[in-house]
Amino acid sequence: MSQATAAPIKKSSGSTWTEIQQILLRGRAFIALILVVAVFTVIAPNFLDAANIEIMAKHVAINAILGIGMTFVILTGGIDLSVGSLVGLCAMIAGMLINQGIILPQFGVIVYPHTWLIMFIAIIAGTLMGAVNGLIITRFNVAPFIATLGMLYVARGMALLINNGYTFPNLVGRPELGNTGFPELGAGSFIVNYSIWIMIGFALVAAFVAQRTPFGRRVYAIGGNERAAELSGVKVKRVKLSVYMISGFCASVVGLIIASQLVAAHPATGQFFELNAIAAVVLGGTSLSGGRGSIGGTIIGAFVIGVLGDGLVMVGVSSFWQQVIKGVVIVLAVIIDQVQARMQTRIALQKQQELG
Amino acid sequence: METVAEVATIPSTQPGDHALALRAEQITKVFPGTIALDRVDFNVYRGKVNALIGENGAGKSTLMKIVAGVERPTTGRLLMDGKTIQLHSPLHAEKLGIGIIYQEMNLCPNLSVAENIFLGREIAPSGLVVDKSAQRTRARELLHRLEHEIDPNLLVSDLRIGQQQIVEIAKALSQDVRILIMDEPTSALSAAEVEVLFKVMEDLKAHGVSIVYISHKLEEITRISDYVTVLRDGKLVAEARTQEIDVPWIIEKMVGKNPAALFQKGHTEVCEEILRVEEMTLPIVGGYTVDHVSLALRKGEVVGLYGLMGAGRSELFECLAGVRPEATGRVYLDGKLLPAGNVSERINRGIVLVPEDRQREGLVQTISVAHNMLLASLRNYFNGLYLTRRKEQTAVAEMVKGLSIKVANPTQIITSLSGGNQQKVVVAKGLLTSPKILLLDEPSRGIDVAAKSEIFAIMERLAEQGLACSLSPRS
Ligand SMILES: Nc1ncnc2c1ncn2[C@@H]1O[C@H](COP(=O)(O)OP(=O)(O)OP(=O)(O)O)[C@@H](O)[C@H]1O
Ligand SMILES: [Mg+2]
Repeated sequence: MSQATAAPIKKSSGSTWTEIQQILLRGRAFIALILVVAVFTVIAPNFLDAANIEIMAKHVAINAILGIGMTFVILTGGIDLSVGSLVGLCAMIAGMLINQGIILPQFGVIVYPHTWLIMFIAIIAGTLMGAVNGLIITRFNVAPFIATLGMLYVARGMALLINNGYTFPNLVGRPELGNTGFPELGAGSFIVNYSIWIMIGFALVAAFVAQRTPFGRRVYAIGGNERAAELSGVKVKRVKLSVYMISGFCASVVGLIIASQLVAAHPATGQFFELNAIAAVVLGGTSLSGGRGSIGGTIIGAFVIGVLGDGLVMVGVSSFWQQVIKGVVIVLAVIIDQVQARMQTRIALQKQQELG
Repeated sequence: METVAEVATIPSTQPGDHALALRAEQITKVFPGTIALDRVDFNVYRGKVNALIGENGAGKSTLMKIVAGVERPTTGRLLMDGKTIQLHSPLHAEKLGIGIIYQEMNLCPNLSVAENIFLGREIAPSGLVVDKSAQRTRARELLHRLEHEIDPNLLVSDLRIGQQQIVEIAKALSQDVRILIMDEPTSALSAAEVEVLFKVMEDLKAHGVSIVYISHKLEEITRISDYVTVLRDGKLVAEARTQEIDVPWIIEKMVGKNPAALFQKGHTEVCEEILRVEEMTLPIVGGYTVDHVSLALRKGEVVGLYGLMGAGRSELFECLAGVRPEATGRVYLDGKLLPAGNVSERINRGIVLVPEDRQREGLVQTISVAHNMLLASLRNYFNGLYLTRRKEQTAVAEMVKGLSIKVANPTQIITSLSGGNQQKVVVAKGLLTSPKILLLDEPSRGIDVAAKSEIFAIMERLAEQGLACSLSPRS
């Protein structure tokens, strides 16, 4: 019978072709990365030195970790503008706990927590601030842009208040208090710097969660059609709350890494980081309206931003021009992405016609 | 293949007995993974109702999108009044007098009814400022012609799907069209509303408008149409004058097999009561949409809920499914009182709703066919750490086969499916939760005869296994 026509075209070749196509589509963000790397390799001869690559990867890790949390938020159709401020706040909390400890006036004592506990407290603080974002958004129906914009100011203000706007310097702790070792997080390495491992670990876990767990599927569903997700039994509020907590969690980890790398906590730490994180997510092909995107894309996006920033510094472009170029590349990359997607469909169709 | 050979012998297929308003010639349309149309010829006779029929995914909507300038054909050409035309955009087609009512509602939910009707063609005498009151008046007239008193100031997001369909029709009527394409305009309309629409269509015909009419309701086709064109799997199967054919002929051409093989109601053992609803009440401002409703369902029962649109059927279902937390009343399942619960609790207990409006409430448009289908039953494939691929694939494959969902690859995006096949995915999603009570709100909207009988057969099979279905068909 004539029934087979519109069904899969020659099952085997059809499905392998869609597989190839999907791999190509996923690799789309690579184009910008390859271009950026190629250009700098030509201009700056020592660009691809092992040492330089590690330095760049450390910078990339910061954007990537924030971008991972941001990806979950954006996949639900939201946005988190507060991550930069949360980075600063968590760095300040860690700095305070190391240098000043916790003062308990009613007992007249100062408690100096262990370094591990300090990091734990900072991370809990960041996650809770994320939860506040999530609660404001889900309980009071505030648009994510507004809620997290408010948090951007509040958290930055809190970071400044902690030490009256001053930096906590020299976060090495004191052996007699048992709170040494904090700089190890930023400086230590196992083959490569710890922060790079953290990025790799987070990326793998996040990609797994997004693809292979009910939570991940629900995140995509909410971003694509919240009402339909709700009618399918997805607890929309709970999932939304979770993504802002994840984002706060990622921000706190970045805050710790930066404070540890600098061996100091500065209240302005993380300013504008939210913009880099959003840029990484968008460059990675995640749709700002939600429901579409991937963690892998975000990681590539973070590499584009990081490599571009470092490369421009290396070749000695003025910091004013750096900004201009960065902006142009972000927009260009998205345009290329669009054009390429269209071309790919056309090629796919041509191939198919030849088959059919 | 034998059916195709038959076509050539049908005497009435020679074009020319009536002037052609439009002709599509040798149209082929290829999508990744699918050939949606394969060298299809289609004639639109002037001043006639030209019905286009075929199973879900046969290529009807694709062909019409090509005629309306939304999609470009891979190969083939369009002839209007004998001259080849190249359509660049829907707007271009509109300028040539081709209007279309899309299968999937195409309205802006954040705009009012009047604004939607005149979207892109605002009444602005000065050229700058929109004359809102003129638009409202005109909109009211159009709606009145459809015998529907929808307030033109209402936001489209507040309309039920049937009302949206009326607005779509009014929007098409507001244009000065010579060819009007109607892709399943009646899928969400009641019998009375269909009558009104038919009157309007007769009126348009009398004014020389050529109509292309797509529907899965075959009685409508035989009643209103002058010509019938049948597509199957993207190929032209037959064209005939309606007066020379009947419903069995259509089904045979569409399905390619004897219509007698379609579903016939068997007998199911009806056993003990499984669901009891008492005093279900859903208050709205100034009254109730669901007013102290009580009913009981027995195992193995398929219950139809009838009522006019807006009679609170959909709302009653929503209350049962846990969508409306503000509803009061008691629900007993298997004799046990259910606590007031949200949707996911109700699904866990075995009550699931297949909603009426698939675009707004049934589907997540950004994700794949498979992920849509699995969304409500994720915990069945979750082993505590991750979703087991094998279990997921088995579930999807079972549904694709069971409901004959026409999909090249379940990982493709849901929006690439034909309307009817999308509807089947929504039904499949509900079935995969292994419900005790299945609440089907207009489950067969846009579904072809064969698939409809499949769904009824599945419902009956489930009923035999002790599941109660409750459905709310429109007419
Ligand atoms: N954008 C797309 N990408 C891939 N395939 C598509 C796309 N649009 C349509 N198709 C495929 O083309 C075929 C014809 O679809 P079409 O929507 O024309 O069917 P239809 O006859 O209107 O069916 P229904 O009665 O269900 O509305 C289907 O198999 C569908 O999956
Ligand atoms: Mg269709």
